[in-house]
Amino acid sequence: MRHTLAVLVENKYGVLSRVAGMFSRRGYNIDSLAVGVTDDPTISRMTIVVRGDDQVLEQVTKQLNKLIDVIRVTDLRSEESVEREMALIKVNSDVNSRSEIMQIADIFRARIIDVASKSMIIEVTGDEGKITAIEQLLRPFGIKEMVRTGKVALRRGQKSS
Amino acid sequence: MTEATEKMTGARAFVECLYREGVDTIFGYPGGVLLPIYDELYDAHIRHVLVRHEQAAAHAAEGYARATGKTGVCIATSGPGATNLVTGIANAYMDSVPMVVFTGQVPSNLLGNDAFQEANITGITMPITKHNYLVQDANDLPRIVKEAFHIASTGRPGPVLIDLPKDITLQEIDFYYPDEVNLRGYKPTFQGNLQQIKKAASLIEGAKNPVIYAGGGIISSNASKELIQFAEQIKAPVTTTLTGMGGFPVQHPLFLGMLGMHGTKYANYAIQESDLLIAVGARFDDRVTGKLKAFASNAKIIHIDIDPAEISKNIKVDIPIVGDAKWILQKLLKYSPASASDAWIDRIDHWKKDNPLYYVEPATGDGIKPQYIVEQISEACPDAIIVTEVGQHQMWAAQYFRFKEPRTFITSGGLGTMGYGFPAAIGAKIARPDKVVFDIAGDGSFQMNSQELATAVQENVPVIVAIFNNGYLGMVRQWQELFHNRRYSATCIQNSVDFVKLAEAYGALGLRATRREEVRPVIEEAIASGRPTVIDFVVECEENVSPMVPAGAAINEILDLERKA
Repeated sequence: MRHTLAVLVENKYGVLSRVAGMFSRRGYNIDSLAVGVTDDPTISRMTIVVRGDDQVLEQVTKQLNKLIDVIRVTDLRSEESVEREMALIKVNSDVNSRSEIMQIADIFRARIIDVASKSMIIEVTGDEGKITAIEQLLRPFGIKEMVRTGKVALRRGQKSS
Repeated sequence: MTEATEKMTGARAFVECLYREGVDTIFGYPGGVLLPIYDELYDAHIRHVLVRHEQAAAHAAEGYARATGKTGVCIATSGPGATNLVTGIANAYMDSVPMVVFTGQVPSNLLGNDAFQEANITGITMPITKHNYLVQDANDLPRIVKEAFHIASTGRPGPVLIDLPKDITLQEIDFYYPDEVNLRGYKPTFQGNLQQIKKAASLIEGAKNPVIYAGGGIISSNASKELIQFAEQIKAPVTTTLTGMGGFPVQHPLFLGMLGMHGTKYANYAIQESDLLIAVGARFDDRVTGKLKAFASNAKIIHIDIDPAEISKNIKVDIPIVGDAKWILQKLLKYSPASASDAWIDRIDHWKKDNPLYYVEPATGDGIKPQYIVEQISEACPDAIIVTEVGQHQMWAAQYFRFKEPRTFITSGGLGTMGYGFPAAIGAKIARPDKVVFDIAGDGSFQMNSQELATAVQENVPVIVAIFNNGYLGMVRQWQELFHNRRYSATCIQNSVDFVKLAEAYGALGLRATRREEVRPVIEEAIASGRPTVIDFVVECEENVSPMVPAGAAINEILDLERKA
């Protein structure tokens, strides 16, 4: 079972390593991690995807809360929140394949952000399933390089975390 | 600025901060980057106790803290000074002892350059401190010190480290000490939830065989008095963990002694037969629970702890109550019924009668059984503070000393640090000069920090080290005897040191007892001497700690290991 946690932390030196260190020494696995500053420049927001049952989730949440620099931890259940990842995919392309790739990008509402003679870079945003789907469709052309951000997520409706 | 400020250096501010926090004693060892601070300490109104190894500074600060409830303070220089503190910091973290640890650091402009005596101590201590700081601007120092003492001493107590680059100690600032801290990520729960407390009270009302299992949290929240009242009101027997010893008087009729691996049989039986376990300030450590699945398996569990992360960490509980043990016990006293039934207590009294702690005197001669020494110290000096090292002697101290009050038993529980006891005893004696302080030690453990004899003599701290000298690393030897076919691999240390001469070499008093009738007189002589003293008790060399629950067994599967005469 995977859980997405929104963790508000002090935007200070060393906080990422405190959080990451807690996960590793207590034996919890981080599936993905995304960090960025919030509308309040003194606060950063980490979106952490962690794998485990309810007991693991409970311990992770409590152990995070024990860190002095952690301000708040929220469990973002998927039905109550929106989640996005972004990927940049550099795919082989030549005169023959270029239009087909552009069609695929179009279907996924992805953008072509760089075109070279033998490759192009596609920027795609969406949930995990969508990114995986476009990746699979592009694979036959030959993916030269790919980078995925970790997941970011917000709870729907009013600001609650 | 309306606040009064004063210009001073970071080093001077360091001393000023300690004054504001009411610190009267610090334990430390100087070094290059600490020169500005030590120059200020030269005429500060703070006692600086110079140890002979930084590890001892951390343990002594912990002993000081545990004997008083105040926050212990220690300081060491950068690099090796700081890394030598690590064991002591880890020990305080495991046993939840409030400590503020200062380390020197290379100047800010050299940080990260592998400069001489540089170690990334904030990185190293991240998993063993409640929080730590690297000071990047001396103007932040007063706020950081204020926060550090607050964090260390509130909620679940623990060590906080402050790393001070040398340039910070030389930087001039406008000193202003804040009145309060403002930490949005740190708001420990002190008052327990009343609904939960009422639910707990109704469980107590329905329970036939309740048992209270109290841990170190009873000591740190000063809840001993409330614990006694509560136990008497609901007529529940009380067992304590190793770090909870002293939290409930040994001579009290409701006391079961310690539980777990080397607990009493009747404490373990009571747990297993109970229908309601009330855990207070305890964390279901593996040395307590044995096989977790079989632990108190017929009981509903109420768990009172200040640290929410301890709830359901090891064992699923029915009613968690997060908050201060003393506060919650006071409320529970109000809502819990007074019990009239004696059936459960009668049953326990039978177990007590049938399965007492015991040892047999040596079959031949007049050799000394280690348990006998503990009994004699307990008789000669019932109000003493007992500090221990780690191993067999530690278990005998917990089993046979008749503790009367909290903060009289100071021992390394969670981390199990050999070498802890002697420096911790020095810290405890400095904190409580009115008390007789014993370090109950093994011949192995004592040698891990025996250099502190120099500290005890120079600082005139008359602690008494009672070495139970059996020529073995006894607890490991015991496991080798039981589980490795008596193959005593690397555990024999016979005749390696003359402890009397060692004591004398440092200017301490050295005494020895080899026969039973010498035990009491040397104890009396040590107490009367008023000097730092080492007593070399030559004891039976293959005595085992009994009873014992083998690792991984259920706690009622408890073995008698005492050799019959």
